[in-house]
Amino acid sequence: MKKDQKVLSATSSGTPEKYSEHMAHEQGAVKSTSRRSFLGSAASAVAAATVVSTSSAIANPLEVQPSSKSMGRTTVPQGYGMPSKYEDHVTRNRTDVYVNKQNYSDWSMTPIQHQQGIITPNGLIFERHHAGIPDIDPDTHELVIHGMVRQPMRYTMDNLMRYPSVSKFHFMECSGNGLTDWLAVKSKTVQQTHGLLSCSQFTGVPLSWLLDEVGLESGAKWLLFEGADGSAHARSIPLDKALDDVMLVFASGGEMLRPENGYPLRAFIPGWEGNTSVKWLRRIKVSDQPWHLRSETARYTDPMPEGKFRQFSMEMECKSVITNPSGGMQMQGPGLYELQGFAWSGNGTVKAVDITTDGGRSWRTADLEGPVLDKCLTRFRYRWNWDGGPAKIASRAVDSTGYVQPTVAELAENRRIAGFVQHHNGIFPWAINTKGEVSNAIA
Amino acid sequence: MQLRKITIASGLALALSFSSAFAGGSKPAVSFGTTITEADIAAWDIDIQTATGKGLPSGSGSVAEGKALFEMQCVACHGVDAAGGSQYGSMVGGKRPLTGGGYPHASILFDYIRRAMPMNAPQSLSNDEVYALTAYIYALNEFIPQDAVLDAESLASIQMPVHVRDGFIVDDRPDTAATRCMEDC
Repeated sequence: MKKDQKVLSATSSGTPEKYSEHMAHEQGAVKSTSRRSFLGSAASAVAAATVVSTSSAIANPLEVQPSSKSMGRTTVPQGYGMPSKYEDHVTRNRTDVYVNKQNYSDWSMTPIQHQQGIITPNGLIFERHHAGIPDIDPDTHELVIHGMVRQPMRYTMDNLMRYPSVSKFHFMECSGNGLTDWLAVKSKTVQQTHGLLSCSQFTGVPLSWLLDEVGLESGAKWLLFEGADGSAHARSIPLDKALDDVMLVFASGGEMLRPENGYPLRAFIPGWEGNTSVKWLRRIKVSDQPWHLRSETARYTDPMPEGKFRQFSMEMECKSVITNPSGGMQMQGPGLYELQGFAWSGNGTVKAVDITTDGGRSWRTADLEGPVLDKCLTRFRYRWNWDGGPAKIASRAVDSTGYVQPTVAELAENRRIAGFVQHHNGIFPWAINTKGEVSNAIA
Repeated sequence: MQLRKITIASGLALALSFSSAFAGGSKPAVSFGTTITEADIAAWDIDIQTATGKGLPSGSGSVAEGKALFEMQCVACHGVDAAGGSQYGSMVGGKRPLTGGGYPHASILFDYIRRAMPMNAPQSLSNDEVYALTAYIYALNEFIPQDAVLDAESLASIQMPVHVRDGFIVDDRPDTAATRCMEDC
């Protein structure tokens, strides 16, 4: 069994049948060997009651670990720490549903089934590029702001980093997250269905400060953000959003941005589809109207009835997904489980998350784990006693505007679900069969 | 929804009020940037307001020039006569994106070629060459005649098919009103 599928397994044997034997055999000395599973603690909690009544039994005594009896590796004087070699299966992967013929205009997805908290490690933040990843020397990078302004300005990175900086926790999600799984099961894992999603603490300068410096002319309503990559990726951004909470960021997760995430400078637009947070940002132009570029007419639009397309649908609406257990995982047998996942909204905070384990017939309220922040991933948890029978589990989030995460069927009432459908925030179910196998149940 | 909000924002011109989104920081009284002139920005100033054609540069190019250029620089990925090649599908006729719904304004293609094509050497073409390639693609789609020459004025005057031009609606979400049913759903 691959490591990636082992998350819910207490032992390497993994099957429910083996699990039962294992539990019977090991009563009183249950080994919680699942390093990365929340179920380790759940299983231990179940076992603890048993331990009390059988504490005198000696069936499988612990041995002192080799790591306790030897010296470890030395501290590397000039090193950048990396995950354990046993975690090398936790990687960004691209989807295997669409196979691109090139890897320049391409994407890779965050393994959110392995994300143990609301912050995505920098090396796992999802990627979407339109012409590859440039390696830009910050000493040569400049930002210009011009157009309908009283005084065009240029800023070096040294200039920008001299400003007082602000840091904010936010999620970022690609409009295409869920692209492949609307009406048919295409993806196997939650990384493939929901991995165009990451969250970090972003640090930079409020754009409103710089717009104040250049002085907006009367009638200014839209900004163009343009990148310094080979696609010169650009988007039209309404001024009201820019003045509200848009940042020009140079850091995430406590360090400078990674090249693939926009080093040395990117826009960051909280709650909006990721491609509006233009990477490798080199230019902001002020105008009285949007540009209607290819990136906002032929891409990132929503197919609508009668052949129309919805444009400038920027906000990522309230959404949630259960990450553990999720597609491709293996349950450890009947008993207590804690369902875990993430909820988020581009329109505010997460107010509540409901859980169904019977395919949507009944719902129960999950617990939210703080901090619950604006436009940020929020963890939820729900304890569930799986009886070993077929089950269909899903989460449903509610945000601070009162918006309730819809089903795909409800989304399809107003949208045309065909072709490159964006902004999939539908409720996403996982099926569990009697063997404990967890699979995508979107259709 | 955004457009309505923007109307309100458009009244802001000089004195900006700063959002409470950044409670932890406040704008310094000095600027750390330096001034620049529009003339010095010219090489970066490549965007086109595609609905009006504002920003289209001087220069021109013919369908024939575009065809020759296409066969040298574009055919490897896009195929003969832009009918689809090793990397990408057809740019002629039928469906999305070019003529089926993605390009409501003729200048979008010019803007995109100029900023991003050819993929292995973006921003290497002259404005004349970008006009020529745009002319060639539009001639293949029979928007313009085979002997056409495009410049800023003639490109901006091309009317895309009406179903494409009028094929967009502005964000009207939320477009669902799901309820929080808890039992017997």
